[in-house]
Amino acid sequence: MKSFRYTITDKTGIHARPAGLLVKEARKYKSRIRIKSGEKSVEATGLMAVMSLGIACGQTIEILVEGEDEQMAVAGMEQFFKRNL
Amino acid sequence: MSRWLLPVWNSFSNGICRIERVSQKEKKVQYFKGKSVYKGVTMGPVVVYKKQGEQVKRKAIENPEAEILRLRQALEMSKLQLDALYEKAVTEVGEASAAIFEVHKMMLEDEDYLEAAINMIRTECVNAEYAVTMTGNNFSQMFSSMADEYMKARAADVIDVSSRLARNLCGQREQGTFMERPSVIVADDLSPSETVQLDKKKILAFVTVHGSTNSHTAILARMMNIPALVSTDVQMEQLQDGMIAIVDGFEGTMILNPDASTCAKAQKRIREEEEKVALLQELKGKDSVTSDGHKVMLYANIGNVGDIGYVLENDAEGIGLFRSEFLYLGREDAPSEEEQFEAYKQAARMMAGKKVIIRTLDIGADKQADYLGLQQEENPALGYRAIRICLKQPDIFKTQLRALLRAAFYGNISIMYPMIISTSEVQRIQAMIEDVRQELEEQGIQYKVPEQGIMIETPAAVMISDKLAPMVDFFSIGTNDLTQYTLAIDRQNAKLDDFYDPHHESILRMIRMVVENGHRHGKWVGICGELGADAGLTEEFVRMGVDELSVAPSMILKLRKIIRETRFKA
Repeated sequence: MKSFRYTITDKTGIHARPAGLLVKEARKYKSRIRIKSGEKSVEATGLMAVMSLGIACGQTIEILVEGEDEQMAVAGMEQFFKRNL
Repeated sequence: MSRWLLPVWNSFSNGICRIERVSQKEKKVQYFKGKSVYKGVTMGPVVVYKKQGEQVKRKAIENPEAEILRLRQALEMSKLQLDALYEKAVTEVGEASAAIFEVHKMMLEDEDYLEAAINMIRTECVNAEYAVTMTGNNFSQMFSSMADEYMKARAADVIDVSSRLARNLCGQREQGTFMERPSVIVADDLSPSETVQLDKKKILAFVTVHGSTNSHTAILARMMNIPALVSTDVQMEQLQDGMIAIVDGFEGTMILNPDASTCAKAQKRIREEEEKVALLQELKGKDSVTSDGHKVMLYANIGNVGDIGYVLENDAEGIGLFRSEFLYLGREDAPSEEEQFEAYKQAARMMAGKKVIIRTLDIGADKQADYLGLQQEENPALGYRAIRICLKQPDIFKTQLRALLRAAFYGNISIMYPMIISTSEVQRIQAMIEDVRQELEEQGIQYKVPEQGIMIETPAAVMISDKLAPMVDFFSIGTNDLTQYTLAIDRQNAKLDDFYDPHHESILRMIRMVVENGHRHGKWVGICGELGADAGLTEEFVRMGVDELSVAPSMILKLRKIIRETRFKA
């Protein structure tokens, strides 16, 4: 399993639209991708689950990736966060 | 895709609301208050928007798999409808606001949602209509219990998609409210899809009992420039179609059954507003010149790259104050050179050759940026902040300067330094600029040393502006801090409101002094504080010789009008 931490810099946080993009990105990979915020962790492939975390600007989250393409998935997700959030 | 638009459009004729005659006895004047979403005034007949009456009923079913198949078919149908709605919304309100229908579609693609509904059908042997309605309610409750106001408002979106699914399952058509003539729509609540399906040409205003200013209906109303009130204390049962209402988005009120004199007053205001909007639209693309041909630069103040849309929409001639703080706040480490470079370059590109004046880091102990190691201070306004941090922590400042010099190669960027009080500070900045320039030169990185100016926002800088002027390319007067420091009044302290006079003669004299000292050395002088947007002072500033006014984007056209009506030479 691989993981990385990221601090949200988008001032609106992970709102509906970015959450949708995030889900789309996560679905590209075979690996299981989870987002951990505080005590809660959800599958990154579920839009409403991701939105339910209510992640705001400045908050640090952890992205956990596990599966056959985890190398690629981590790189892809990291890039996604840097670009969009 | 376009064939799906037809059923949506046709559905208007199947509407359930008809305009009926109003009985005379109901006609007493009534006032209601709501939260205004868009500032505008309008008057017209009320149309009461009624939701589809039929409640989804729980039914036992025998073949869950067949029911699940039905659900999947309805799902596909709903997605196609949402595509069509998205297309309609894009043409009417633009891509950004239309994105909500993309989100709706993604909600329907949510595996947790679908799984919950399917599980319910299988384990409880219930009809799909009931399963999606209950699932929608559960998910919506999750959103309404969240702390964030924006997320709370998403509960309505889940309900909207769930009822679309339920409607498609029982083969109901989508329906709009039929309007014979332009009307004020009063509804309990309006979902985004209901809002977009209404015939835009026939909507005078939206008034809803529920809904937040964050709801997509509110956002759409704003985009469509339609007066709208949400959270209005109106009782729906008191309303009848055809009653006359005045909706005032400035006051946040709706007046029902107004008397003749109120009507006349409202009509006058509507006319005035229309004239104002038309006039302002007319001024777009025009120069900001006085009637005797003196040009004033009219620029906009912004806080991040996203605001540039408003800048262009309001036809600003440049950006006079681009606060770079947005790059620094709400994060754990300082923004990298690369990140800053990209942001500045993007701004310059978007402004396509128009001037972009970027102010270097201007924060102090009152703002949260832990990585700067700022300690709590008794008096942050007079403390370790802005250029003082930059000169004491040169690593942070140099990173910003490098990014600025590199971005300046790609567009019309100027740099502005805040909180200056002495010539030695300017000398130190110049030395650092030279260091950075040499570094970039040696590294073979493309750069340009752009125009550089300072903010005049301390009485000290005003008094020595004659000495500062030869050292810089321009002055920009920051009237907010200058007023606070000159009058020794903390603007956060409401007790001092009686003593606070933004037009205090000392401030006006200081501005005059700075303009004269700047001009004596051939440097231009602007104002970027709140006072710059004070329409009552525009004429005086122009006559003083102020070369540039940098204001909120929404003020640009108003000030242009005043400037064009002003004579420079008395």
